[in-house]
Amino acid sequence: MSDEAMNAVGDYRYGFHDPENATIRFDKGLSEKVVRDISKLKDEPEWMTEMRVKAYHHFVSRPMPDWGNCNMLESIDFDNVTYFLRSSNRTENDWDEVPDDIKNTFNRLGIPEAEQKWLGGVTAQYESEAVYHSIREDLEEQGVIFLDMDSGLKEHPELVKKFFGTVIPYADNKFSALNTAVWSGGSFIYVPKGVHVEMPVQAYFRINAKNMGQFERTLIIVDEGSSLHYVEGCTAPTYSTDSLHSAVVELIAMKDAKIRYSTVQNWSANVYNLVTKRGVAHENAVVEWVDGNIGSKLTMKYPAVVLKGEGAHAEVISVAYAGEGQHQDAGAKVHHLAPNTTSNILSKSISKNGGRSSYRGLLKVNPMAHGCRSKVVCDALMLDEDSRSDTYPTMEVSNSTADLEHEASVSKISGNQLFYLMSRGFSEEEAMGLIVNGFFEPFTRELPMEYAVELNKLLELEMEGSIG
Amino acid sequence: MSDAILEIKNLYVAVEDKEIIKGLDLTIRPGEIHAIMGRNGAGKSTLAHVLMGHPDFEITGGTIHYLGKSIDEYDVFERARAGMFLSFQYPPSIPGVQVGNFLKKSVNNVRDEPVKARQFRGELNAAMSKLDMDKSFLSRYVNDGFSGGEKKRLEMLQMMLLKPNLALLDETDSGLDIDALRLVAKGIRETESTTGFLVITHYQRLLDLVKPTFVHAMIDGKFVKTGGPELALKLEERGYDWLEA
Repeated sequence: MSDEAMNAVGDYRYGFHDPENATIRFDKGLSEKVVRDISKLKDEPEWMTEMRVKAYHHFVSRPMPDWGNCNMLESIDFDNVTYFLRSSNRTENDWDEVPDDIKNTFNRLGIPEAEQKWLGGVTAQYESEAVYHSIREDLEEQGVIFLDMDSGLKEHPELVKKFFGTVIPYADNKFSALNTAVWSGGSFIYVPKGVHVEMPVQAYFRINAKNMGQFERTLIIVDEGSSLHYVEGCTAPTYSTDSLHSAVVELIAMKDAKIRYSTVQNWSANVYNLVTKRGVAHENAVVEWVDGNIGSKLTMKYPAVVLKGEGAHAEVISVAYAGEGQHQDAGAKVHHLAPNTTSNILSKSISKNGGRSSYRGLLKVNPMAHGCRSKVVCDALMLDEDSRSDTYPTMEVSNSTADLEHEASVSKISGNQLFYLMSRGFSEEEAMGLIVNGFFEPFTRELPMEYAVELNKLLELEMEGSIG
Repeated sequence: MSDAILEIKNLYVAVEDKEIIKGLDLTIRPGEIHAIMGRNGAGKSTLAHVLMGHPDFEITGGTIHYLGKSIDEYDVFERARAGMFLSFQYPPSIPGVQVGNFLKKSVNNVRDEPVKARQFRGELNAAMSKLDMDKSFLSRYVNDGFSGGEKKRLEMLQMMLLKPNLALLDETDSGLDIDALRLVAKGIRETESTTGFLVITHYQRLLDLVKPTFVHAMIDGKFVKTGGPELALKLEERGYDWLEA
């Protein structure tokens, strides 16, 4: 790769970082005391402290998952992670007041422009907590609550207590337990009945401290007949030691409500990205996950929807890109609990330079759920012989009226496609970038414009230096 | 000879160690239309592909100069950027890549300055209306699910927008219907008057619509006879056997 290309890639992966500017930082490692100290420092209600402690003990006693990528999971050194770090002592609501070095980082990520174009409100998470937060006045007037999770707990304790951990209990899995024990930051959104939030609301997350674990917690409740599109973008600077990211995202779509949650994640190649995302859809509600995973060392993420009310619909569109040394173990889970519920799952993955991508899916239809329909499509594109792609689809169907379709394909870039594009003036790398972008297009077109552009650019840069 | 776009001298080309082109000479100057006729397997498509730089073909002897430089110095995409264009007989589909976006990028690839959005739209609209193409083409994926005629239209549209110095048209398919032939003829007429053309065809039907400057009869990897438009008629009438004697 040329120096220029190298610089471009380095820059685009946000391989820059500001000096760690932590005012409060805990020692590495986890104990009940650390968990209690985090809760105390945040001045949380007792029920939250107790939930954290229970979750901590569950985390300690729960064995590692024996699937996914066991070798990589076992290599996580939990004692070498900082579980809490506060880089700014207060939450900002005015861009002008955000400290300069933090702002500089965000500027390079393009947040201010993003705000102008798309924002309904911003929570930009810098290290563990939100430092910047704004919400458009009309949203406030409509009664929409959009806060970082810590502020949500302080300002709306009853609402948080009623829903927190109801979709993903701490005992759901080892990493939801870890998140519940040490969570910090994330978003809390409540959309009242009959409100359609027209613009996507977005938040950016970022890991900036070496060995800094990031455990954001997001809870979104969209009440009857309302709708929301939430956009989350993640980038991380490149570091030499491993980082742990373990988020929990809970979505609740009440009767006739619609939630779309879009994510593009680009963790640096040393991050373990172990995320639990699940939504509940009540009667005639729609929950959509649009989930893009580029980067990280190991991602294990299976956005899930529980179709609880009759006529509810789930949509999961995901893409994964696995480069050298990376394993993307991603997919989707849908539980059809109620009659006449429907779901669509589209999963697309690319493996390159020995990267490995796996689709892991679960489709469950309850005995009582008659008249359900589901379609699952998995497409894999392999860019070379060293890479690997696997599919692990599981279907547990207990109702004979279910109408299920499953399609899977594995393809390669043809020499004829490359020659054709090169005869139109595209270099071999550019030609591959174009083909790869085309392959992801059914996903990309679902994203807000700036994310689509960013993702395409990112993939083009990933193709650089890939020839030869 | 310095004004030649293309100069081929005593060319030999092999694919997988089998010699296909065996001592071929050709010079193309601006504005000339060269038609190559010949039977299947004579090496016509091979010539077009080796000129564009297809990796499966190996030049085993002779020289090719494009715009005064040895062609060995150019990779496929550099040839395109230097104004060479190949119209494919069977262009592949590129799923997920929209025609409009693809055309804009292609045009930017070959021009020195990035084309302004407004100017590009103007050129695009003009070319599309000449080819009788609907706007809906632009949001479709490149050649994906296209009929033969639609693929041909898109190839000609690209040729008109890219304004090549040298256009290679691989039209060997005898299955081309008269509408497709008309499209190709229109594409040739509507491209720059300074463009040099190399048109490969089985039959002279296309040459009823486009008047060639030169016609070359190709047999077994070389030109056995070169003439004007009258040669095409003669080949159509008498076949190739009389040239082999």
